[in-house]
Amino acid sequence: MSGITNLSRRAALMGLGAGTFILAGGLGLAVGPGALAEDAPKKYGGDAMPGGVKDDPRLFVALAADGTLTILCHRAEMGQGVRTSWAMVIADEMDADWAKVKVDQAPGDEARYGNQNTDGSRSMRHHFQALRRIGAAARQMLAQAAASQWGVPVAEVTVDHHSLVHAASGRRLGFGEVAAAAAALPVPARETLVFKDPAKFRYIGRGDVGLVDGFDITTGRATYGIDVRRDNMLYAVVARPPVHGGKLGHYNVDEALQVPGVLKVVVLNTAPLPSGFLPKGGLAVVAENTWAALKGREKLKVTWEDGPNASYDSAAYRAELEAAARAPGQVVRNVGDVDGALKSAAKHVTAEYYIPHLAQAPMEPPAAAAQVTGDKCEIWGSTQAPQTTRETVAKVLSIPPENVTVHQTLVGGGFGRKSKPDYIAEAALLSRAMDGRPVKLTFTRTDDLHHGFLHTVSVERLEGGLDAKGKPVAWLHRTVAPSIGATFTAGVKHEGASELGMGAVNTPWIVPNLRVENPEAESHTRIGWFRSVSNIPHAFAVQSFVAELAEAAGRDPKDFLLDLIGPARQINPADLSDSWNYNEDPVAYAYDTGRLRGVVERAAREAGWGKPLPKGQGRGIAAHRSFASYAAAVVQVDVDAQGKLTIPRVDIAFDCGPVINPDRVRAQLEGAVTQGVSLATLGEISFKAGQVQQDNFDTYQVTRIEAAPKDIRVHLMPAPKYDAPLGGVGEPGVPPIAPALLNAVFAATGKRIRSLPIRDQLRA
Amino acid sequence: MITFTLNGQAQRFEGDPEMPLLWYLRDVQGLTGTKFGCGEALCGACTVHADGAPIRSCQTTLGDLSGVAVTTIEGLSPDGMHPVQVAWRELNVAQCGYCQAGQIMSAAALLKDTPHPSDEAIDDAMSGNICRCATYPRIRAAIKRAAGEVHRKTASSGSAK
Repeated sequence: MSGITNLSRRAALMGLGAGTFILAGGLGLAVGPGALAEDAPKKYGGDAMPGGVKDDPRLFVALAADGTLTILCHRAEMGQGVRTSWAMVIADEMDADWAKVKVDQAPGDEARYGNQNTDGSRSMRHHFQALRRIGAAARQMLAQAAASQWGVPVAEVTVDHHSLVHAASGRRLGFGEVAAAAAALPVPARETLVFKDPAKFRYIGRGDVGLVDGFDITTGRATYGIDVRRDNMLYAVVARPPVHGGKLGHYNVDEALQVPGVLKVVVLNTAPLPSGFLPKGGLAVVAENTWAALKGREKLKVTWEDGPNASYDSAAYRAELEAAARAPGQVVRNVGDVDGALKSAAKHVTAEYYIPHLAQAPMEPPAAAAQVTGDKCEIWGSTQAPQTTRETVAKVLSIPPENVTVHQTLVGGGFGRKSKPDYIAEAALLSRAMDGRPVKLTFTRTDDLHHGFLHTVSVERLEGGLDAKGKPVAWLHRTVAPSIGATFTAGVKHEGASELGMGAVNTPWIVPNLRVENPEAESHTRIGWFRSVSNIPHAFAVQSFVAELAEAAGRDPKDFLLDLIGPARQINPADLSDSWNYNEDPVAYAYDTGRLRGVVERAAREAGWGKPLPKGQGRGIAAHRSFASYAAAVVQVDVDAQGKLTIPRVDIAFDCGPVINPDRVRAQLEGAVTQGVSLATLGEISFKAGQVQQDNFDTYQVTRIEAAPKDIRVHLMPAPKYDAPLGGVGEPGVPPIAPALLNAVFAATGKRIRSLPIRDQLRA
Repeated sequence: MITFTLNGQAQRFEGDPEMPLLWYLRDVQGLTGTKFGCGEALCGACTVHADGAPIRSCQTTLGDLSGVAVTTIEGLSPDGMHPVQVAWRELNVAQCGYCQAGQIMSAAALLKDTPHPSDEAIDDAMSGNICRCATYPRIRAAIKRAAGEVHRKTASSGSAK
């Protein structure tokens, strides 16, 4: 353990009891196996994130004298169940009684709690071992306190479900009874921690724990950002420039101000491009309630100066992407001689795939409340990124980030949209404009669709060569898509390492000649993260094309896929030209083709692959590694004579390493399957004259209950020991769904759909 | 002046009769369990009961409510133990949870009229409620579970057929 620091924070600390001090350090550095001796060791995983990973029990655990155990969760809860799973791990490792556990939510403070950026399927992947250390340290402190009280060696004290036991004397103390004494003890050093025998886990890996927010959610008591109410609070909506990069022209607010309840119309400045996380500017209507604000906004008279993206048109842009995909581009991976192999191949197969922009469209639209007091700002909001929020709010208010307090509410769906705090910055600016009164800013659904950070749009062109026996000899993939990087940096025209590493460069195929190219694409709107990000277009194209090659080779698609994956082996992602690997250690998190094979074989077996189906039905298979996990799906479709598509069944096999909360892993995969179906069948955001063409759920359709797969079967691969590396869970279920679905449509109908969404392409 | 009841309490409203019930509930009454999702009756997040029938509160104005008994998620049961709520918790239906109040209100209305709904009846009744986390399989299972519970309770009370 290290020294005492920053006592000023004591008052707000969730310590084990009064009079505790705060530890700093003790985190250590994860030494990457591949690091060069003369360099600082490269950090991976949670240690490489801003703020790193903290494992001090005094930050996360508070035990009251009555035994109530309060566990602080510092990750955003947006439906992945992290508040439940997080507390489960600490409680189990402490040997605490779940019935006595409460969960509190940490404010945004990365210096203190470690990284809070809840995206990238990282919460458990980065924090599971730290949570065990927290629980183990707290348990050992409690045992030591009991030993001291009894005057016996700590080795004679056992911990038993919220109690300390001295078997020899038959004495027993509840956790709460020694809480204060335990709090006064030093935190045990990491190397002295003894972890619970996993065979004795009550909660971890068992999945029979109810959601900690289940009661509040089912009774309407759960508070999301949009639900925040503060004394004296005002309500606002903003009219924003309809074209990205546009700004306010002429305007007249007189009629808006006549609407009863409207108090003020505020001009918000437009940030210059690239605008990153900053708001788009426009005119804000501030009122006594949301309804008045909405009515006031309708009465604004505004003309906009559209700026450089006024001609963004999705049809024309698609043609540009296709042209780019048909010419050589920047080579991002090259093995052998693809051109020569394609020329001499017995069969040469070419296919182009199109995946449009998508909007995350979380059911809770972006919303937050803010109150500015002097040079300080308090935020109540649903955000995936409290630290980004602090920095962005600080920037627009010109105050230090430490002066921004972020109270994290439940997030009513994120899917990547709420990693961007533009809406929270708007709320902060409006509170300042209203002389420090709290202001709640709400996006309508139209605002959400028109002013999003959209999933990219892409054309993926693939060419493959087969020899006379149907063996693949050449693979050429050109991926063309505007990059998320362009949202933050001027002039970015290529996909970044993280985008290319999402299934474009890092295919493990047994093909002697393989090249991946990334021609240029210019961005004309705000591109951002959408659940599973670039894995969507890459997996759709790659896994569709594998099935197309199988068809050309006259092979079963599953067998062909397994041959392409080849034998089980551990591949350093760098050998696949993937320098990123989700920022995980390339050795501990090698590309394991055995695991990819494993999920393919499991999904196929469970789905009854190869068993006959009625006419009009078909099965498709696809597999994909993302976020350090492996997923394979078999989708079964039924297409009737009119071309109506239904999905009787989906089997998804999943290997994320150790499974912490099986119920939530299953839930994430159930949701990922239907979200994959949704984007494949219905999802499209398109532009005309620089403006989004979809206004609400009538034109931006998402899957509803009647079109969701009737029977989703999740097959979790047997989990290895709990010290094995964890993969991500929230996102990796999505990528294989669209290609498996379209491969199934082909199997059922002979029709190969390469342009998403399907919409009415199957209609007779 | 408009008079109606809200979760059993008499209400007198003298403001703009065009105000949607949704914003009255959320901003005026502070009943934030009823959610805003689309504002155009496309997503069901704002579903409440009007005289027991499911309605979209974003498209129902206060002027429509004269003499109507409105029930929101907060008033569905005094203790959160409505069979639909219980089934929802037993099956851990919720992911983000944002749409679930609307889902529960639609499901509760369905079961009142159709104690043992078929899959098709569930689809019909629930089609207006979007869940972007796509908890649909568990919604379906929870409705069926609650249907069993409703049936058992009715049978054991001796008031059923």
